[in-house]
Amino acid sequence: MTRRSLDSPATLSGLPVERIYPADAARLPEPPGEYPYTRGIHRTMYRGRLWTMRQFAGFSTPEETNERYRYLLAQGQTGLSVAFDLPTLMGYDADDPMAAGEVGKCGAPVSSLEDMEILFAGIPLGEVTVSMTINSPAAILWGMYLVVAEQQGVAWDRVAGTLQNDILKEYIAQKEYLYPPRPSMRLVTDTIEFGARHTPRFNPISISGYHIREAGSTAVQELAFTLRDGLEYVDWALARGLAIDEFAPRLSFFFNAHNDFFEEIAKFRAARRLWARLMRERYGAREERSWKLRFHAQTAGCSLTWQQPYNNVARTTFQALAAVLGGAQSLHTNSLDEAYALPSEHAVTLALRTQQVLAEESGVPADPDPLGGSGCLERLTDQMEAAAREYMDQIDRLGGMIPAIEQGFPQREIAEASYRYQRAIESGGKIVVGVNAFVSPEGESVDLLRVDQEAHSRQASRLARLRARRDRTRVEHALAALQGAARGSANTMPFILEAVRAYATVGEICRAFGEVFGSYQESCTV
Amino acid sequence: MHRLDGGDAAVAERLKTAQMGRIRVLVAKPGLDGHDRGAKVVARALRDAGLEVIYAGLRQTPEMIVETALSEDVQVIGLSVLSGAHCELVSRVRELLDAEGLKQIRLVVGGTIPDADADRLRKQGVAAVFQPGASLEQIVAEVRKAGGLRA
Repeated sequence: MTRRSLDSPATLSGLPVERIYPADAARLPEPPGEYPYTRGIHRTMYRGRLWTMRQFAGFSTPEETNERYRYLLAQGQTGLSVAFDLPTLMGYDADDPMAAGEVGKCGAPVSSLEDMEILFAGIPLGEVTVSMTINSPAAILWGMYLVVAEQQGVAWDRVAGTLQNDILKEYIAQKEYLYPPRPSMRLVTDTIEFGARHTPRFNPISISGYHIREAGSTAVQELAFTLRDGLEYVDWALARGLAIDEFAPRLSFFFNAHNDFFEEIAKFRAARRLWARLMRERYGAREERSWKLRFHAQTAGCSLTWQQPYNNVARTTFQALAAVLGGAQSLHTNSLDEAYALPSEHAVTLALRTQQVLAEESGVPADPDPLGGSGCLERLTDQMEAAAREYMDQIDRLGGMIPAIEQGFPQREIAEASYRYQRAIESGGKIVVGVNAFVSPEGESVDLLRVDQEAHSRQASRLARLRARRDRTRVEHALAALQGAARGSANTMPFILEAVRAYATVGEICRAFGEVFGSYQESCTV
Repeated sequence: MHRLDGGDAAVAERLKTAQMGRIRVLVAKPGLDGHDRGAKVVARALRDAGLEVIYAGLRQTPEMIVETALSEDVQVIGLSVLSGAHCELVSRVRELLDAEGLKQIRLVVGGTIPDADADRLRKQGVAAVFQPGASLEQIVAEVRKAGGLRA
């Protein structure tokens, strides 16, 4: 077989790969732990502490998801990551007609504080860090989480974890938005401000490139759009009156670990360098903690294939290795069956074991940055940084990320890239093992997780009982006060907390906000 | 709603494409799922292959989809679902189409659909199911076939 894809070698983003690099490319940057942190944010990196192994999980009901969490912790997982189902992500209760067919399908349904109590029953929130993937209704679910911690007797200044809460990438890529960009940004800013005052160990936002990449972007686009989103959040928090060093240390990031091994490592390094410089030079941050970009990585779901599913284990392994060599603080490894369905327990265990083998057997964590000084990698890091800066300048010229989104700029760039990528696979210019090369006639079968319709009826009837039981007047007062706050300029978090404590539901709170903020529809372009 | 061939002369365009015998296909994402990468790539590939594509985009209820199919006079509806809710959503669209007397409109479905569900959908009369890894070439050919024209 001829190696057509190596005729003119380039990374997935199209950056050239040289046969040999000149000696000056192999310049060693500053040591790990030193500004601008090209080689990592800590002096000793994983020698001091391993990355957190955090598998994203949630399905069916809060009870079943709670069981999966306890299982994962018992298997040596060191943090939790909550997947909510689509109705929750979109602000619908489990008994809403819009939720039909979707309850518990791709995550855990959480309609009220009661569901959140069940989700974390018996899990000590003072000891485990929890990441929650939720965006439009993020402030509400975070409020529920904080109340459950309180019920467990854990003070808010001890609660640690991460809220995804990155609404800009929803308009750009994942499309789980409810309100127009500006009121949505106000809610995000409310959580950043509230966090700066009350939850010093919690990351109120995880600025995410993961979904941008999954939507088909290149690595350069992922890097540029994510960091530019980050600047938008910084600008809003500053406009709120916060000082940069009050909130910048708690901004966290989330990147994809895709196939192109060296380009991915270069992306992580360039991200740290760019962010450190932006924080110090553009915003005058003075605390080192504000300069350091901390990130979670997840291997690339979109790289998994339905054909020959066991090949996915190999893909996930080297993608995870790229994240580790790129200095990730926490990591999710995908399961081999995820091109078919949510992962089975067997598949998710294998994915976790993959991380444990990397951590304990490969020897890789012993050196803080074994690849530093490689001509190929240092050059790629420089190129990645320059290409991302170019995109960021372009977005500045459009007036910032919100006008860019309204003009469809990042959306179009991503759609173009994903179409090019798919065409390259179809033409054979890009090889995907088992898909357009080395295909096998026989299918391989894997056992899949199935979520039945019972989840829906169980959730709906629990919700009906709750609605009958709770203090209706308290709920109504809380929702009215919340709308008053939404109309004005007060921070909405205290009002959300009161509504949550009154057992107002996600759907009720989202609707109350919606009546004030309006809804958003993208003008769809293909 | 966004017409790929551009807007104002929509009616004239429709007559023209009908005369030319071009297949009209509606591409939509039913339910709450926002993952539109696949739907967009497929819509574009169908357009590049010379079909007339009406891209309805995200968050379409089965009712909205059937209404659009009717008013746009399409021969084929392509649904993309990556949320696991494909069985419920697709059955509902088929039921509504049949209730409207639109049995001639063919359904094709793509997404993260396990084998057992793919079989079930075909039994319910779905003309083609595209699982992960389906090629654009295959999708274009099946949509042409479903639209009643030879590839």
